[in-house]
Amino acid sequence: MNKEELLSRIKKAIVEGDKNMAEDLARDAIEKQMDLNEIIEKGYVPGIQEAGRLWEEGEYFLPELIISAESMKAAMRILQPELEKANVKVKSKGKIVIGTIEGDIHDIGKNLVVSMLSSYGFEVTDLGSDVKLEKFIIKADEVNADLICLSSLLTTTMLGQKKFIEMLKEKNLKARFKVMVGGAPVNQKWADDIGADGYAENAMSAIQAVENIIKK
Amino acid sequence: MIETIRPKIKLLNNEFIQKIIDEALVILEKQGVFVENKEAMKLFHEAGMKLDETAKRIYITPKLVEESLSSTPSVITMYDRAGEREFMVGGDKVHFDPGSAAVTIFDHKEQKQRTAVTEDLIKFCRLTDCLDNIHFQSTGIVSRDVPDIISDSYRMFIALQFSKKPIVTGTFRVEGFKPMHDMLIAVRGSEQELADKPLAIFDACPSPPLKWSNLTTQSLIDSARAGIPSELISMGMTGATSPVTIAGTLVQHVAENLSGLVICQLAKKGSPVIFGGSPTSFDMRKGTTPMGAIETMMIDSAYAQIAKHFNLPTHAYMGLSDSKINDNQSGFETGIGAVIAALSGINVISGPGMMDFESSQSLEKLVIDNEICGMAYRLIDGISQRDEPIALSLFDKFTPETQFLSMSHTRKWYRKEHIFPKIVDRDTYDYWVSLGEKSIADRAYEEIEHLLDENPKCPLETDVLQELQRIMSADAHKNGVSSLPKIYKS
Repeated sequence: MNKEELLSRIKKAIVEGDKNMAEDLARDAIEKQMDLNEIIEKGYVPGIQEAGRLWEEGEYFLPELIISAESMKAAMRILQPELEKANVKVKSKGKIVIGTIEGDIHDIGKNLVVSMLSSYGFEVTDLGSDVKLEKFIIKADEVNADLICLSSLLTTTMLGQKKFIEMLKEKNLKARFKVMVGGAPVNQKWADDIGADGYAENAMSAIQAVENIIKK
Repeated sequence: MIETIRPKIKLLNNEFIQKIIDEALVILEKQGVFVENKEAMKLFHEAGMKLDETAKRIYITPKLVEESLSSTPSVITMYDRAGEREFMVGGDKVHFDPGSAAVTIFDHKEQKQRTAVTEDLIKFCRLTDCLDNIHFQSTGIVSRDVPDIISDSYRMFIALQFSKKPIVTGTFRVEGFKPMHDMLIAVRGSEQELADKPLAIFDACPSPPLKWSNLTTQSLIDSARAGIPSELISMGMTGATSPVTIAGTLVQHVAENLSGLVICQLAKKGSPVIFGGSPTSFDMRKGTTPMGAIETMMIDSAYAQIAKHFNLPTHAYMGLSDSKINDNQSGFETGIGAVIAALSGINVISGPGMMDFESSQSLEKLVIDNEICGMAYRLIDGISQRDEPIALSLFDKFTPETQFLSMSHTRKWYRKEHIFPKIVDRDTYDYWVSLGEKSIADRAYEEIEHLLDENPKCPLETDVLQELQRIMSADAHKNGVSSLPKIYKS
């Protein structure tokens, strides 16, 4: 199998959400000592972009999209240690700390966002659900995050988003960490009102929103 | 007289029901449920259940489920604020209540959602009180002019002052139970009288799949011990937080509800429990949870059928819409849901007034839905024979000129056989034009003012009111809230 063929098979595996195939092809590439950065940039990334495009066109629904993202993540888990071993600097698009706010244990939406963001090459630290506000700051400081994403499904925990931004201001950290908010009751107006840097309605638009925020 | 049939729908046969229950029992015994509450862990331990304390996982035997089912009452009698009017929750009795805990109110004049304040909550409670087909009150809107920390007790504080109907409510924090319970006791007179004549139902939502958080578990335990009915609100989302098939979601739903019921019975044998829920057909395109989807209604109807198999009181979130305004969608989703719910014989149906995935209350929609509920009640009353013979005597000596309008038979029966909506449009076109070409939402908007003018407020006795105020301010102070919104007097 030549490089072109491998790249196109990788892309196909991601688009079709064939996790086993995506992993096998990653191992293949390592074995053949190929340029792993190129494999990612020209194989895996176009695959997930194609899945995203199909989703935006209405061809793919969430189950297809999520399995493509999961396949991408699985392959990256295999490639990452090799890249580190070879001391190749992986081009990180940015570091993100994400979680569902304390008092809220609903995390399906947040999980979708995590899957999509990590498959798009962001370094995502997922704190899970029911996360204390302070913990977001501690973790963000620890990993030197660019962006903190707060999710809430409940209207009660949505207020935690506002509190969090106030907390950042008090600690003089507002300039250091960007904040994005999401969740069913959240909308752009709310994000604007509380002074968040961004808002995303769903997992796909989260990618665009994050890219915009981090570029700023 | 021939017996009147109560119209019903059934979506499952007995074999199917049994299979769903069997699988649910296997899950409870072999996979277990997560219970993030120490007191409940202790109760399960004392009941001899296997548990994994670090994982907070509890395994429930079919025998304990069976014992718990046999100690759960099949009928609960709710009472109004005065302790006089009874509402039977059980059998095929149907009671509608407004969908609960909206975070916004839909403003008819602006045609936009906005946050609600105390005045809105009061208006909502008073309006619900006026609407005959809405039997129960709900703490339906979160008032944004009080700090979040006390918003659960505050809703109860308002509802008890401005409504006479039994209340469907719930806690937002573990500490919320006590002030809410105290307020109910203040109205009833004593803890025992409250247990004897329940005035409120407390909702408790497990987190799908199969997890009871500390807050909801505590609500179950506290309610059970106080004799307050707990309404179990399982809410799997097909293909997201529960299996994608309707039958698969039913398995999870039954397992979650049964585990909640066991917690209540372990806390207090014989405590009242309502088998309920708010599951949805998860939209795989939008990632949303449509309450107006036909599959959502099918899940509701089916789990209610299973609950009836257990001889338990039932609840569902039906008769609501995902539409953002009072349009066709809002009407048809609410109408289909209310009718299916009534035909399913669900005892407590939460939904009227609610739109936008259980997040926004519309007072106009509440008034429109009141008429939908009226139609649903009429439907389940069925067709009665009324006379013997049915009609033969009316045709005695009939001619082509015979008309029925002037017959005493007509006057005798027309109000019993037919219902007369107030805001549904049945005018001729010209008359409708002469009235200003108004939509049903416009008419509902006007009707609200009429209703509130016509119906006097229902003040509590002064000493009870003072006690409520004392409990509310104590709760506020305890949580660092120094002042509460002024409640307007008129």
